[in-house]
Amino acid sequence: MSRALPAFVVVPLVAAFLLPVLGSKGKAAATLLANLVTIALLALAVACVGHSGVYEVGTWPSHIGIVLVLDGLTSLMLLAVNVVSAAAMLFSVRYMEQYTAKPKYLSLFLLMVAGMNGVVITGDIFNLFVFLEIASIASYALVGFGCEHEELEASFKYMVLGSVASSLILLGIALVYGNTGALNMAYTAKVIQQTGINAGLAFAMSLFIVGFGLKAALVPFHAWLPDAHPSAPAPISAMLSGVLIKALGIYALSRLVFNVFGVSIPVSWVLIALGVLSMVVGVFLAVGQWDFKRLLAYHSISQMGYVVLGIGLGALILAQGGNPLWASLAILGGLFHLVNHAVFKSLLFLTSGSVEMATGTRQLKQMGGLVERMPYTRTACTIASASIAGVPPFNGFWSKLILVIAAVQAGFFGLAAVTVLVSLVTLLSFLKVQRYVFLGELPEELQDTRESKDSMLIAMLFLAALCLLMSLLILVPSLRVAVLQPAVDVLVEGVNHSIRVANL
Amino acid sequence: MLYALCFLLFMIGLYCVVVKKNLVKIVIGLAIMEYAVNLFLIMLGYRVGGTAPIIGRGDIQAGVDHVAAHFVNNAVDPLPQALVLTSIVISLGSLALLISICIRIYDKYGTFDITEIRRLRG
Repeated sequence: MSRALPAFVVVPLVAAFLLPVLGSKGKAAATLLANLVTIALLALAVACVGHSGVYEVGTWPSHIGIVLVLDGLTSLMLLAVNVVSAAAMLFSVRYMEQYTAKPKYLSLFLLMVAGMNGVVITGDIFNLFVFLEIASIASYALVGFGCEHEELEASFKYMVLGSVASSLILLGIALVYGNTGALNMAYTAKVIQQTGINAGLAFAMSLFIVGFGLKAALVPFHAWLPDAHPSAPAPISAMLSGVLIKALGIYALSRLVFNVFGVSIPVSWVLIALGVLSMVVGVFLAVGQWDFKRLLAYHSISQMGYVVLGIGLGALILAQGGNPLWASLAILGGLFHLVNHAVFKSLLFLTSGSVEMATGTRQLKQMGGLVERMPYTRTACTIASASIAGVPPFNGFWSKLILVIAAVQAGFFGLAAVTVLVSLVTLLSFLKVQRYVFLGELPEELQDTRESKDSMLIAMLFLAALCLLMSLLILVPSLRVAVLQPAVDVLVEGVNHSIRVANL
Repeated sequence: MLYALCFLLFMIGLYCVVVKKNLVKIVIGLAIMEYAVNLFLIMLGYRVGGTAPIIGRGDIQAGVDHVAAHFVNNAVDPLPQALVLTSIVISLGSLALLISICIRIYDKYGTFDITEIRRLRG
């Protein structure tokens, strides 16, 4: 299966540069081609589940050339990225008709997908930086796609912070190369395991935490996210909140912490602190928002906190030499919440796009009573809200439950209490969304609102069905062993995993 | 010492990004940061009195082992140079995008001053 790995990057990259050639006349063809690419990638990602292997680019041996690595964590992330991109692309078919230059949008979209897939599959630190920049630059352009006042301002803000983050990450990579003499993750891991962490590597680690923290919008570094995510077109908001901050931020950071540097107690505490801060600050900022998409964007910060908390807790237990069972439970909670959040947050952004397209506004106070006009959107939105708030039996409930159990078992009762409290505040703010958007009186000017049609509806119902079905990933043991457990094992095994996979 | 100066250059760029109010000056600050990182990468591979990491056709006649030994002992590390080349291309892309967004912002707002470009809040 590892022979198919380059396709995840090459196919969207080639398609991205092919689409503008079709020109304005070939808009329908371009849309069809883009959708075929994302659906084919989704099929390929499903086929990759359960496989592992190393692909050497250009058949250069791994200590000289670039390697692509397929393991449990990679296949889980590929699945998340490509599910969301397929749904968002399907949604764009109709939604993006209101913008001009649709082929350009499609090619930027595919460029972003290529970058994210590249970040996830690469086994080389500098290569990771290159793909990270491809995805980032495409996303800067997509945030400013509307070219109105707010979009441009948000895009500039995002781009400045994103470029600072990239510079910090590149500086960290330079330090890693200077101290270990290698860029391949497995070789770097082996050298670090033998020599231990010196001052230069510790500085590199802190640069990575700040750099990837900026990309993931963890709380002290979150300033750009609430502006950038709502300003983008709805399918792009879904992509940014759904997978971009995870693939570029959380995935890359946890790959480096666990598989390259090896877990250590200070880093674990930093991760836990960032996670708790993001959870609490994000959710309290979200409750007061009256702009639908802005509210969702703040919830992204808060929910990313859960993921980082789970991963940090696992790292702490491992670093302290505690019971690996609880460590793997905490990491399982974090990673499962990551994929769950990818699905329900992108669904929420798609429903917000559907509502915005139908009513022309994002202000909660100007809406109301849409339940009669948009029953399907309402159903999808309610399912996603229930998932994000952690209402059983939807997927969000299970991942939060696992996190709480792991926190209690590890003896962090305070953290468990905070997790439950944040979940309650989340529920509160989504009750507000339901109340103001779908219930209550229908305002005069929204009388002739219509339900969104075909492709938008299919995309939303697809994700809503996934919100329900993904509970099975954790409840059915065979599915859990096939999909989630390998990803958890990659992180729990840590440095030894990368060394074993590379056969050093 | 040189590394400290390089880091100072990086901090000057960061200071410029954080403190300056003009969009173009912020972009210049970002460019300075990127140059500092590129300079750092180049310095990692530099050695005093090193030669360019190129083996010419004529050199081989001296014997492969001799050439290889000479190369390892004298040439600078070529890998950081390749990295810097990639990184320059990437920063070209992002700077071009930044500048074009700046121009569009100037069209819309009529100013480069970030204190006047504040429609988003909350």
